[in-house]
Amino acid sequence: MISVRNLAKHYLVHRRPPGLLAAMRSVVARRYEKVVAVDGLSFEIAAGERVGFLGPNGAGKTTTLKMLSGLLHPTSGEATVAGFTPRHRAPEFLRSIMLVTGQKQQLLWDLPPAETFELNRAIYDVPKAQYEETRAELVELLGIGDLVRQPTRTLSLGERMKCELAAALLHRPRVLFLDEPTIGLDVTMQSAMRGFIRSYNERFGATVVLTSHYMDDVAALCPRVIVIDRGRLTYDGSLDALVRELSPDKRLTLRFARAVARGDVEALGGRVVTCDDDGAVLQIAAHSTRSVVERALSSLPVEDLKIEDAPLEEVIADLFARNAKTDTR
Amino acid sequence: MSAARQLRAVPTLFRVGFAEAVAYRGEFFIWILSTNMPLVMLVLFREVAREAPVAGFDEKGFGAYFLATLIVRLMTGSWAVWEMNADIRSGGIAMHLLRPLHPFVHYATDNLAALPIRALLAFPIALLAFAWVGGGHVATDAAHWCIGLFAIFGAWALTFAAMLAVGSLGLFWESSLSLYDLWLGLFFIFSGYLMPLSLFPGWLLGATWWMPFRYTLAFPVETMLGLESLDQSLRSLAAQWAWVASLLALALLLWRRGVARYSVFGG
Repeated sequence: MISVRNLAKHYLVHRRPPGLLAAMRSVVARRYEKVVAVDGLSFEIAAGERVGFLGPNGAGKTTTLKMLSGLLHPTSGEATVAGFTPRHRAPEFLRSIMLVTGQKQQLLWDLPPAETFELNRAIYDVPKAQYEETRAELVELLGIGDLVRQPTRTLSLGERMKCELAAALLHRPRVLFLDEPTIGLDVTMQSAMRGFIRSYNERFGATVVLTSHYMDDVAALCPRVIVIDRGRLTYDGSLDALVRELSPDKRLTLRFARAVARGDVEALGGRVVTCDDDGAVLQIAAHSTRSVVERALSSLPVEDLKIEDAPLEEVIADLFARNAKTDTR
Repeated sequence: MSAARQLRAVPTLFRVGFAEAVAYRGEFFIWILSTNMPLVMLVLFREVAREAPVAGFDEKGFGAYFLATLIVRLMTGSWAVWEMNADIRSGGIAMHLLRPLHPFVHYATDNLAALPIRALLAFPIALLAFAWVGGGHVATDAAHWCIGLFAIFGAWALTFAAMLAVGSLGLFWESSLSLYDLWLGLFFIFSGYLMPLSLFPGWLLGATWWMPFRYTLAFPVETMLGLESLDQSLRSLAAQWAWVASLLALALLLWRRGVARYSVFGG
């Protein structure tokens, strides 16, 4: 469904030092610097896949999404989406895709979302019967029955985002690009959005490409992740495998019946992440989990315990830090 | 999207555009009421013509001229250049680019959909004006009125096309709105908005025939008042639509190049 070969995007950015003299100099002689936003990305995404783009700010994730949706022309390389070259922005291509961003909206501000739905039906030339069916499904899936007749300006951010998604999906795009779709939403709303995106993908077989700073979005939605850092692809595979590869250790969380000395916790083995009167968190090698747990249960007043993988945020932050270190060498 | 598909979308675009105009009725009426310069000029020029007619205009003649000016201005106003500029600056232009509909069609229907609300204000003024000035100061034949109606639509189309061209420049140049300020400045002088063009010295009046501004206002006004012969009105109509076609072609070219540049340099 999506094929990307050596995709690159460079920008020329005007730079000048602060101050009046520099400002005056820049009037006659501007200095431009080349910024490499995307640097030779290659990957394939099959129809119906859900893929997450991960990367720090400025890594090139959004630029890549914009190139795949035809908003930006690549400096070099090739991309095809649903059989089209995005930069040509052929009408049929535009009818096959949709880019939804958490920060830009298409809903008409002073009118109810139902008016934007009608507008999109006309613009995408969706047959009436299909429109009615899709609209009913989306309204039900998103639980927005009462909201669509209320002016957009009176809706909360989460309600607006739900209506935004419904407006974007009325023409049933085969490829859905989502750029930070849950930004600014509360935890309940984030979870509802994730549930909806997954349902849409399963119901319509749509390909979903997502960027998000919320690791929970990626963990809940994307069996596959593509890590982009400084415009380059640094990992392409399953999220589980990435976590296992980067952080094979386990986190052991212990809750104590009474206060325990830090030395007693350290004696269990592994690295003490936190330790206080209520409990402790240890990072331990996966193969030693059983023995450490046995020691803890026999030697400490353990009331409750939990064994889990290292938090995703930490693993990814660690990956970005490693990449940055490698680049500076 | 084929032209036929885009055309099928137009009725809904109009309907939603009208709903938007109604939703913004407060701002819209204030905007309409801000078009009050012809009324100020009417009072001024009636004083000037109190003793004797000026350039063929007596008191009622000036009254008819400036009321017709007000009506044409109300019916032909557009805000596309500011809308485009805001879309480009805010990144909202991306939404237009993602849709299989040329943004010019969207801007056009958005502007034209407000016509009924403008007409609500313009028609009572027209009736009052007609009752006040009587039949002697307006065209009395159907041909002039027929050309006048086309001329009003042409005046809107010319203003709109100029706005599209300047708006498209926003994709290249951050200060493109200042160019529209320049257009507006020239419009006030050379369109007949502030005074009938026949008050200009001969050489300047001659020059206005080669500028687009008289076709955005003076031409439909003079046609409705019967100040131009039928032949002259037809020649003006041809010139007006030649300007519309040229500016629209320029706007399309600038838009195409601008979007390519925007896509290269990023949004």
